[in-house]
Amino acid sequence: MHVPKTIEIKRIINETKTIKTFIFDWDTENILPGQFMMVWNFKDEKPMSISLIDPINNEIGISIKNVGPFTEAVHSLQNGDKLGLRGPYGRGFEIVGSKILAIGGGVGMAPISAFVSEARRMDVDIDVITAATTKDELLFMDKLKSTDITPYACTDDGSFGFCGFATEYMEKIIEDKDYDMVVTCGPEVMMKGIFDIVERLKIPAQFSLERYMKCGMGICGQCCVDDIGWRVCVEGPVFWSDEIRLISEFGKYKRDASGIKHKI
Amino acid sequence: MLEVEICNIKMRNPTMLAAGILGSTASSLNWVLRSGAGSVVTKSFGLEPNKGYANPTTVEVTGGVINAIGLSNPGVDAFIGELEKIEESNNVIASIYGSSASEFSEIASKIENLVDAVELNVSCPHAQKGCGASIGEDPKFTGEIVKAVKKTVDTPVIVKLTPNVTDIVEIALSAEKAGCDALTLINSVGPGMRIDIDSGNPILSNKFGGLSGPAVKPIALRCVFDVYDAVHVPLIGVGGITDYRDAIEFMFAGARCVQIGTAIMYKGPSIFKEVNDGINKFMNKNKYQSIEEMVGIAHKQ
Repeated sequence: MHVPKTIEIKRIINETKTIKTFIFDWDTENILPGQFMMVWNFKDEKPMSISLIDPINNEIGISIKNVGPFTEAVHSLQNGDKLGLRGPYGRGFEIVGSKILAIGGGVGMAPISAFVSEARRMDVDIDVITAATTKDELLFMDKLKSTDITPYACTDDGSFGFCGFATEYMEKIIEDKDYDMVVTCGPEVMMKGIFDIVERLKIPAQFSLERYMKCGMGICGQCCVDDIGWRVCVEGPVFWSDEIRLISEFGKYKRDASGIKHKI
Repeated sequence: MLEVEICNIKMRNPTMLAAGILGSTASSLNWVLRSGAGSVVTKSFGLEPNKGYANPTTVEVTGGVINAIGLSNPGVDAFIGELEKIEESNNVIASIYGSSASEFSEIASKIENLVDAVELNVSCPHAQKGCGASIGEDPKFTGEIVKAVKKTVDTPVIVKLTPNVTDIVEIALSAEKAGCDALTLINSVGPGMRIDIDSGNPILSNKFGGLSGPAVKPIALRCVFDVYDAVHVPLIGVGGITDYRDAIEFMFAGARCVQIGTAIMYKGPSIFKEVNDGINKFMNKNKYQSIEEMVGIAHKQ
């Protein structure tokens, strides 16, 4: 299983100026929202969230933000070009409760989008906050509307929707709603803010963490988190609140390729 | 019944975490100890921070994995911070690497008060030039490094050997003569490679990597068997151990304790408890009173 399969890019969707979704034919039977793939461009390999799981057409989508040399190289690819994929990896989101709030920040909307589609297939009532720095970077607005959801959009600069951070918007929305659960993926600073809110309100929540990964198969130890030691690639990337409480580095720091800590 | 002692390290059971698997942080080492390992070996670290190779650094093959992580580590000074956070009363062995006797000695002296032993990595098959197996393939160079480290520190010195040599016994004897306290056999085999036939690319960014997992077990077992006959220092067996039967085989070949690495990919850290429970049952069934009784049995047949 832990071997990349070289496969053609079926189509590419330009989501925003910096984010593209790459669609592949892939057996979706055992894929859960929140899981990730290791993406190999024959030079380097990085973990990327699955943003689309389409069991009817047996397709998956991987949404990638252009942030560095690897993602820039992937962004330059065209339909029919090839990438190596292995996965799915990790533990995904669980769908629990009948009224759920999902919050995605930036490209963190990728796994949230897959989760929302799955929750709608199961007819779960779900609200979505989609957050970005600015209007042009809001992800999956049209896709959400097509699944009969009116997303609560917010932007840091106020260019669209609520002006401010996802946490601030969440505080406003949550006042008169009675959510059974919250799921989130995005910058860790945002998720730490959401964690503090759900802890205070005692709402169960799931968080998708990102850490530097090498093997993806649970042996290299690069993605282990303090102080509990769990591997984000196997025990995560999705953790429940009671598990997050044991991850002391959450919201504080993460490690780079050599293992040196960097503040979040 | 499972207790065993190796170079003054009293272990509650004979299973250890192998170097290079998890072990980059106190958190993962503590997790493995809590999961039942008798002791743990850290991921190898050197004097300076090292990013290792670009991904892909690992790929599965039939019967195991090939890896070329490239000895990534934050350097000894940052690693000291991790070693200080290891839960007390547990057994921790530091795997260290370098390119010269003085480098090994400097690292060992910086950490000797924080660990129960050092394991010299002179056997990594994909290390940068001058490190790893390029040392361990040379009996004289291996001996020089062991001698220097022994002269520098009081903590026990274990040497991890490469199987990728014409005569592993020659290297083992040289390490023993230089004063090592125990030997770990074996590091990963090869290097080997894997090529993606759809794109024509070698999969690992380093092209080659060390083979570990069940596929290497017969080689590891033979190395332990061979070296047991030749040396007097205790042996630690490692290579493809995935269940208690594998562990018993290594003991019968001459290993006093065993390290587990790649099998964590299949079973997670709970493998330590599983293997220990299996050894315990096996000993009860076959009326062994201690681990020592089982060591080297295959030589007496």
